[in-house]
Amino acid sequence: MSLRPYRALLSARLRTLLQYRTAALAGIATQLFFGLVRMMIFDAFFRAAGAAGLGGQPMTWTQVNTYIWLGQAFLLLTMAFNDLEIAALVRSGGVVYELVKPADLYALWFSRALSGRLAPLLMRSVPILLIAGFFFGLTPPVSGAAALLFAASIALSLALASAIMVLISTTLFWTLSGEGVSRLVPHLIFMLSGMILPLPLFPDVLQPALAVLPFRGLIDAPFRIWIGDLAGARALAALAHQAAWTLAFILAGRFLLSRGLRRLEAQGG
Amino acid sequence: MLSSPSRGVNVPQIIVENIRKTFTVAERKSGLWGAVRGLVHRKHVEVHALSGISFSLEPGELVGYIGPNGAGKSTTVKILSGILVPDSGDCRVLGRSPWKERVAHVRDIGVVFGQRTQLWWDLPLAESFELLSHIYEVPAASFRSKREELVALLDLGPLLATPVRQLSLGQRMRADLAASLLHSPKILFLDEPTIGLDAVSKQAVRGFIRRLNAEEGVTVILTTHDMGDIEALCQRILLIGHGRILSDGSLAALRERVSLGRRLILDLEDADERVGDPDAVVVKREGGRVELAFDPSRIGAPALISRLTAAHRVRDLMVEDPPIEELIARLYAEEGLQ
Amino acid sequence: MGALKLYLRYVSFSVRAQLQYRASFALQSIALFLLTFAEFLALVAIFHRFGSLKDWSLPEVALLYGIISVAFALAEAVPRGFDVFPRYLRSGDFDRILLRPRSAMFQVLGAEFQLMRIGRLSQALLVLAWAVWKLPIHWTPAKAVLLPAAILGGACLFSGLFILSAVVCFWTIESVEIVNCATYGGVESGQYPLSLYRPWFRSFFTFVVPLATINYFPAQVILGRSGGGLEGALMWASPLAGIAFLAFCGALWKVGVRHYGSTGS
Repeated sequence: MSLRPYRALLSARLRTLLQYRTAALAGIATQLFFGLVRMMIFDAFFRAAGAAGLGGQPMTWTQVNTYIWLGQAFLLLTMAFNDLEIAALVRSGGVVYELVKPADLYALWFSRALSGRLAPLLMRSVPILLIAGFFFGLTPPVSGAAALLFAASIALSLALASAIMVLISTTLFWTLSGEGVSRLVPHLIFMLSGMILPLPLFPDVLQPALAVLPFRGLIDAPFRIWIGDLAGARALAALAHQAAWTLAFILAGRFLLSRGLRRLEAQGG
Repeated sequence: MLSSPSRGVNVPQIIVENIRKTFTVAERKSGLWGAVRGLVHRKHVEVHALSGISFSLEPGELVGYIGPNGAGKSTTVKILSGILVPDSGDCRVLGRSPWKERVAHVRDIGVVFGQRTQLWWDLPLAESFELLSHIYEVPAASFRSKREELVALLDLGPLLATPVRQLSLGQRMRADLAASLLHSPKILFLDEPTIGLDAVSKQAVRGFIRRLNAEEGVTVILTTHDMGDIEALCQRILLIGHGRILSDGSLAALRERVSLGRRLILDLEDADERVGDPDAVVVKREGGRVELAFDPSRIGAPALISRLTAAHRVRDLMVEDPPIEELIARLYAEEGLQ
Repeated sequence: MGALKLYLRYVSFSVRAQLQYRASFALQSIALFLLTFAEFLALVAIFHRFGSLKDWSLPEVALLYGIISVAFALAEAVPRGFDVFPRYLRSGDFDRILLRPRSAMFQVLGAEFQLMRIGRLSQALLVLAWAVWKLPIHWTPAKAVLLPAAILGGACLFSGLFILSAVVCFWTIESVEIVNCATYGGVESGQYPLSLYRPWFRSFFTFVVPLATINYFPAQVILGRSGGGLEGALMWASPLAGIAFLAFCGALWKVGVRHYGSTGS
């Protein structure tokens, strides 16, 4: 199997996306704004808790602050799970024409999902990290090893997010349930990823469930590696958790895609 | 009341005087590196869409507005319909300036874009019509009679309960035509009304436009790439290119201007016979069928025919004008448009 | 008057069209309800961890949350057309709007009415009701008027912001996201007492985008925390700022439409 068509697709998509310069600038400004709001809110909570003698939180203020800013930098890992073009293609049945292309359809969709997220992520995360690092107290990774593990973990997040995106697209072959999945699941992901509230701050009773669910693999795992909350064997376990779920979603996506296409053929396109 | 100006015979309904319009667009560089560089620095180029356009139309004219892509056709239509404001020049439609008195102006015009619908995708056709009647504030009684008339003429009766998204392209175009006429406009702008339609639908649309123009006196401005539309409908043709009007006149006048001559087609008994004549050029040969081009000012058709029938065994013959596509292609080439 | 009638017609036609897809409508409403409810649960979870926020209790914060969310949900349901406006510009549908003999603003306003917004609205009303039930508020007739007035002012303010984001589109279709700072950012930050923010931030949401005037100040009055004198009086009148903001954004819209006429993009 040659990678050429996927590489070409990746480059073409990157090029189109790079043209949205103003969109990237606006996105950066918006995310800085949201980061500031969150920072002030959590700052107030920590002060209030400190004044009331309620210490002993699962994270320190510095860790929460870094977690928040990483969240702003990598926001795109937790949203935009609906590929509207593919959705339209599946709904209209036009997807059968995709089969004309001499390439594996799942791989095409996967590289599409990957590139769609990669370019804006690169354009937005680096400036936000720099600004937050200089001005808003974002701390660097706790060690060189943490930095390396973080990079590996983010790469896995990207794969995980792409696998989820394609899986959601494939559910659209089953009209009604697909509609439900594509509407509801992205909200669920956003909530359970740690973007609204860092996962360690969720109530203790929920922690065992959060540890098993795939959604912590999107941002929580890499962020906790960065802030030193996960290190050594626990960090490696987090990477394995990410990889396992990514693989599971890819297999599920491939399965649903082939079933969906067969279903479409049975209906006569 | 004194005589209203529109009663006058020679008062133009549309006057366009020396209209200019320039757009600024960002230039895009090619390649991945170009895209990255575009992040930092972007060049802007000026595009002169219209560089001084003037013409006028009488009430009841049916005009074809043609030109290659990017010639300025849609910019002109947008200015005439009040969407765009020109950089300079003046324009009066029914005595009004379209962009200054937009609301009053658009009440008197209808616009159909072949590529886009003005109907509501999810609403049944009848409800789209009803909503339009409210938007245009058409009195209920005249809406009902106008709707009935249009439904009958365009054969829309069986489609009224169908949501627009389920209409075929031909059905949708007929529905769009009806929608643009519910408020009885005096002027109708048609932008590629037959694009993508099958032969039967094209015929229906053309027939309807012709009738609308002839019987109700609605002025029609038709932009199209389909020369069949032009041939079937237009008394007058405005050719635009590079933002200027390059020619203005009838189809016959255009034919005279572009010296393609006429065509004589011969069916020979002997498929291998060689054919030649000093006053005609063989432009096509398919088996026993020979197509000759000749200039009627140098030699009349009867003379040419008698000469050729004398020299060759001819089974059948036909004299015709060259196809209009060829004429327009030649015209564009002469004006350096393509 | 005619414009209002037309708007209501648009809405009724739009509702009829959406009810064609009953299942999809139900799912979207539920999704929106759950999303916003999850947001509120996050708020509850933080309070669960940290106890309180300075001198603000959870029900008090829920009152802030309720007012701003109901206002936003209303604004999102009514002038939603402005929110999807970039799509209109890109597809050329705005040309179609200009070809109709009605105010462009009212047509955009009515262009899209999303029934599913009922999901957010019902969640917001629930939270508001819970807060009002939980809090020992000393209700007076004036306060009973102030609460809906604040919500109305807030709906005007958010409508103004939606119009503003549409106006920005006339110049650059891509940078709409920045207005999200004020809309979604406003909703998020308005859920917490203004006093916990830094001074520049407080000024921004008081004087530039006067969000505090429809949320924090009226809530202070209702909770009996406001002082007397001029400050107290201003707090009573503060929802008017939302209406003024809407009027200002409406004026900007006209500038935008004129710009569109000269560039066509």
